[in-house]
Amino acid sequence: MSSAPRTLYEKVWDAHVVERRDDGSCLIYIDRHLVHEVTSPQAFEGLRAAGRRVRRPDLTLAVPDHNLPTTARVDANGRELPIADRESAEQLGALRHNVAEFGVPYIDALSAKQGIVHVVGPEQGFTLPGTTMVCGDSHTSAHGALGALAFGIGTSEVEHVLATQTLILSPSKTMEVRVDGTLGYGVSAKDVVLAIIGRIGAAGGTGHVIEFTGEVIRNLSVEGRLTIANMSIEGGARAGMIAPDETTFAYLKGRPLAPTGADWDKAVAWWRTLPSDVGARYDKSVVLNAADIAPSLTWGTSPEDVVPITGVVPAPDSFADPSKREAAQKSLDYMGLTPGTRMQDVPVQHVFIGSCTNSRIEDLRAAAGVANGRHVADGVRAMVVPGSGLVKRQAEAEGLDRIFAEAGFEWREPGCSMCLAMNPDKVPPGERCASTSNRNFVGRQGPGARTHLLSPAMAAAAAVTGRLADVRELMG
Amino acid sequence: MEPVTRVSGTAYPWGAKNIDTDVIIPAHWLKTIKRSGLGKGAFETVRAQPGNIFDDPAYAGAPILIAGDNFGCGSSREHAAWALGDMGIKAVIAPSFSDIFSGNAFKNGIVPVVLPQEAVDRLVEVAKTDPITVDLETMTVTTPYQDRFPFELDAFRRRCLMEGLDEVGLTLAKDTAISKFEERLDDERPWIRRDAAHAGFAVEGAGRT
Repeated sequence: MSSAPRTLYEKVWDAHVVERRDDGSCLIYIDRHLVHEVTSPQAFEGLRAAGRRVRRPDLTLAVPDHNLPTTARVDANGRELPIADRESAEQLGALRHNVAEFGVPYIDALSAKQGIVHVVGPEQGFTLPGTTMVCGDSHTSAHGALGALAFGIGTSEVEHVLATQTLILSPSKTMEVRVDGTLGYGVSAKDVVLAIIGRIGAAGGTGHVIEFTGEVIRNLSVEGRLTIANMSIEGGARAGMIAPDETTFAYLKGRPLAPTGADWDKAVAWWRTLPSDVGARYDKSVVLNAADIAPSLTWGTSPEDVVPITGVVPAPDSFADPSKREAAQKSLDYMGLTPGTRMQDVPVQHVFIGSCTNSRIEDLRAAAGVANGRHVADGVRAMVVPGSGLVKRQAEAEGLDRIFAEAGFEWREPGCSMCLAMNPDKVPPGERCASTSNRNFVGRQGPGARTHLLSPAMAAAAAVTGRLADVRELMG
Repeated sequence: MEPVTRVSGTAYPWGAKNIDTDVIIPAHWLKTIKRSGLGKGAFETVRAQPGNIFDDPAYAGAPILIAGDNFGCGSSREHAAWALGDMGIKAVIAPSFSDIFSGNAFKNGIVPVVLPQEAVDRLVEVAKTDPITVDLETMTVTTPYQDRFPFELDAFRRRCLMEGLDEVGLTLAKDTAISKFEERLDDERPWIRRDAAHAGFAVEGAGRT
């Protein structure tokens, strides 16, 4: 082993090489595999057709999330309610059947532990520093917040991991994104990651694993770090990592699936060796200053289309790149926006607070802080979808559900919901949604739906004012 | 998987940038538990517009798609590759691809060909009237006009494509190496394995209020 300084990514990679191949690719061991109903049925079918088994059920955890309606799941007598959409019901049924057949640990839709895979993983302590972690979902990058090398995979790779607990991978390039300074008033982790994507572009991280560093990242809670790492993929990076530290260890200690006793001590000792060495080199480096980051949101149909809330809808001519100019014009046509319009003058009809990016307890507290004592504006439908049953319980214990209900927000059951409109939660064509999710793609929240990505506090501000609003004017 | 050595024919001269997987196949098509039949949902929102490239009879059934930067960005859904395959596409040419889409394409016999923007621009022009050839033996994209653009592919993935190999089967043959790694893992990082505690973790029902 060479003694050259290594990055966090390189250390985790090196610790998981089963075999190095002549062409530079490696057979990499996978420590943790999350499975959900949408990207797994064809993988289990592949195993079945070839007569193969799941190699390590103990390293696997299945949870339904994408398709589940966020309305009540049981009736007054605790009996399970049927799912109206036949295809969704079939897909959810296939997961139940497959986990039973292949012996995979499973959290059912009716369990209080159910939630979005990327909320459940850290919450249960399934996600651990220094692990390799995969899931058939691109936002698996979220788990990098705890120092895991975590990335989304396709269904063929899901099948490969189920059968072999490995993947054949080529090493990625490394990119440091450092955020210096201290966040300003009303600026959250979501604003930071939007600013990062606005800076590097939607393809800026392609081929790279990002490591987020700097004072701002260090000072964030694990929840805030999850928001940042979650959106690495929106900057093109398959994975984003944050060095594990005391904040990480304190978050994990005592979680149901986290190590205990001597194992815990041994784990922490190893985790402490993981942060990038002094002098470790990155292939690319980007530095942002917290002072330049305002509460932000997107105006277009790519997550790189970011503007501060104090800004205006940009003119396509303002972009130097001709193809970006053309794309901007298309985005504005789709979004129904005119260049020069103040972002704060844009009315919204929908507000969605949820998704694997922003549905954890801190997110709900931030939104409730703005909603408290106010009311959702006329003509706005606002919904809060907690990331898991346990987040929901915690929020209810803190009385956040009552704050939301009194303010006219819908308080719903956990799931992916309106982030990708696979379940019945959709934005109608031509209507506008202030959303705490991660993608503002054409049709993402429903055909013809117009999405503005922003933080939970900014979403609550939009709900109570009926327009995109500067949360700082509603705080304090 | 069928071996792929050469893809030749008409190409959709699209060139659009940042085509995300929600555009390739919208989420409501993801409720299927099969790999087949997704071609009818491919590019649904694009096809809703009159005069779109995918319904232009000049390119009907084209085996090649030419796109712009960052093709396949967004979600990990392999349904995007299945949808392209189902509509008959066997190669996509673009200046860059998202990492996840690129991997999914290989596993479904679709060649993701990375070429510089200038070459892609030229191919978009040629494809409006003439066929294009992607050759995995010579690793070139050629046109009837003596254009010849070399490209690169990961050696292992190229071999899997050309020989139609089952990657899971290949890795299962490494069982000894994987088992050895697992023994070392149990020794060095014993907290990784979960066994009894985790097996008992399966939760059916109970708890929802």
